[in-house]
Amino acid sequence: MISDVLIAVFAVMAFAFALLVVVLRQPMRAALALIAHMVCLAAIFACLEVHVVALFQVLIYVGAVMVFMVYAIMLLDDRDASYTQVFSRWSLPAVIAVGVLVVALGAILLPWTPAVPATRGTSPFSFPAFSVEFMKHYWFHFEVASILLVVGVVAAWAVIAERR
Amino acid sequence: MDKYQFLIGLAVLTFATGLAGVVIRRNLMVVVMCVEVMLNSVVLAFVVFAARSGTLEGAAMAFFLYIAAACEIAVAMAIVVMLVERRGSLDIAADPELKG
Repeated sequence: MISDVLIAVFAVMAFAFALLVVVLRQPMRAALALIAHMVCLAAIFACLEVHVVALFQVLIYVGAVMVFMVYAIMLLDDRDASYTQVFSRWSLPAVIAVGVLVVALGAILLPWTPAVPATRGTSPFSFPAFSVEFMKHYWFHFEVASILLVVGVVAAWAVIAERR
Repeated sequence: MDKYQFLIGLAVLTFATGLAGVVIRRNLMVVVMCVEVMLNSVVLAFVVFAARSGTLEGAAMAFFLYIAAACEIAVAMAIVVMLVERRGSLDIAADPELKG
């Protein structure tokens, strides 16, 4: 019951911080709102007892991706037209289109009634259980993902080389 | 509405919020952040499905999404730095080569 209350609180906070990312004028403040949004999502994952993903959320997203992004903002932060005119001229049509999308997705997803989970002794999302099962079923995908990471590094290097 | 449906509703709302940000914001860095908001909502949906069904697939998919996000941000930041050095501005409208 306490976890349900915490999930509701963190869900409201996550949505509020997501809205702040969109409306805040300065990129650094938007980045801090995004970090708070990600931490709230990690708290939700922990309340759902999917601890391993909560750990990845904090370590990979907040710890690596957002640090990288904040560093890039500090490197590039200059005052230009996007500060004085924050939103594009397509704002009203975009908001209407997104409203239609929300209604459509809600109509599709919210009537979803998931299957009753199988009875299990221990949580499959604890770190040891997840690690063993993951490497048992997804070892090949894991190796392919490492190649994808190398391709990402090479692509970033190629973009920088293009700049020179 | 149980907590899983509530969280799927949250995933829909945050995805739509991120999509709205991608369309309406002019600052390149904020647009990249809004893409991250969309990606996070997808992760949330996968984790909710995994938690409800008690199976590994959703959590494994979330793990691979994190890898994709790491690659995406590395390439995106390199492109942003290149564009800003070329145009001297974070404003999307300042770059006539960008379409849409």
